[in-house]
Amino acid sequence: MIAVIDYGVGNLFSIKSSFARIGVDAVVTADKKIIQNADRIMLPGVGAFEDAAKKLQQSGMADLLREEVKKGKCLMGICLGMQLLFEKSYEYGEHEGLGILKGEVVPMKGYVDKNLKVPHIGWNGLHFERESRLLKDCKEGDCVYFVHSYFATNCKDSVIATTEYSRPITAAVEKDNVFGCQFHPEKSGEVGLNVLRAFCQAK
Amino acid sequence: MITKRIIPCLDVKDGKVVKGVNFDGLRDVASPVSLAQMYSDGGADELVFYDITASAEGRNLFTDVLCEVARSVFIPLTVGGGIRSTADFERVLSCGADKVSVNSGAIGNPAIVGEAAKKYGDQCVVISVDVRRVNGQFHVFAKGGRVDTGLDAIEWIKRCVGDGAGEVVVNSMDTDGVKKGFDIELLKKVCDTVKVPVIASGGAGCQQDFVDLFKQIPDIDAGLAASVFHFGEIKISDLKQTLYENGINVRR
Repeated sequence: MIAVIDYGVGNLFSIKSSFARIGVDAVVTADKKIIQNADRIMLPGVGAFEDAAKKLQQSGMADLLREEVKKGKCLMGICLGMQLLFEKSYEYGEHEGLGILKGEVVPMKGYVDKNLKVPHIGWNGLHFERESRLLKDCKEGDCVYFVHSYFATNCKDSVIATTEYSRPITAAVEKDNVFGCQFHPEKSGEVGLNVLRAFCQAK
Repeated sequence: MITKRIIPCLDVKDGKVVKGVNFDGLRDVASPVSLAQMYSDGGADELVFYDITASAEGRNLFTDVLCEVARSVFIPLTVGGGIRSTADFERVLSCGADKVSVNSGAIGNPAIVGEAAKKYGDQCVVISVDVRRVNGQFHVFAKGGRVDTGLDAIEWIKRCVGDGAGEVVVNSMDTDGVKKGFDIELLKKVCDTVKVPVIASGGAGCQQDFVDLFKQIPDIDAGLAASVFHFGEIKISDLKQTLYENGINVRR
């Protein structure tokens, strides 16, 4: 069973539906017992970093996630959920993340070509940085769906794929039992469902 | 680099797709779920659903249908029609919509754009505008294109984006239904004005119209159409191939 963390951020309907589609039992929950008993944990997220990070801290969810990861449980973050895995973010100020992965989150404005539109919305291709379990069923150039204005950087030890937006943008990360993708696998058609399947199989 | 999007648009009334739809092998041609599935399998990058129902019962049928679509199709879904308040946003977002498109609702109550952007994020709010030339000027039309508001379209779009709209759908009433191509003049003007994704609507009659759109306006992000897809005049997989052969970056 997969526990999809419900901390009042974002719409979880599609994530739940995509797990149902691949035949995986997923429970949307904020219950710590259920999360501790789950086989894997998914951290979703849409919205602002500061608000989400605060909610995770105040509810005690941040400590719980770090403990579960330490015990070896597989954790995957999606979009803002992936950004939260890093040490800090510079989204409207400077905010602490979960610190599970090394790296930080910075605004695209100032880093990408100033003629490009931000947020980066739409289907963009994956470029592999190294072999991984999460993207084992994806091909170089496969398109996935992105919606974001910030991206993870200084994360050489976890980045497994980037996407091109006038410069390489971190698209997916993997380090031991921790996984993440900036794109939305639940909105990326068959390619996305394969990423979720791979997460569910990862050991 | 980011790909150009192809978006079929489905009008839904009382839970059924309206406008004649004719496909081989599709049992229920009016089922939004089977149509959505077919488009998604064919390579559509996103789907737009417009609820054109007037009654409250019809609205409930629409959200039921939406939930069912979101359970079976895993590409972005935009929903519009009858969006007048953040409660309407809530209603469709909880059924799996990713973006919500406002048109007349924003004309009647412009504050809705900012309120929704703050609550759900800019990426969630799409401003949809029906535009027609009146004495050489681009005017915004309301109520499904029946009422000339007298508003200047470019100024209106600029204002909505300033308030937080993260995407713009520009429907040219002058080219809509004519099937002679998109309204390049109008769309260029909009692309020159705002720095958010712009979706072209109205006028697609053949594959070449999409090629011309993306070639003539490199800044345009997507092409939207309804009847040419519904009647099978253009198959999305063929269109994607044609765009690719013309050097336009698309998801295949």
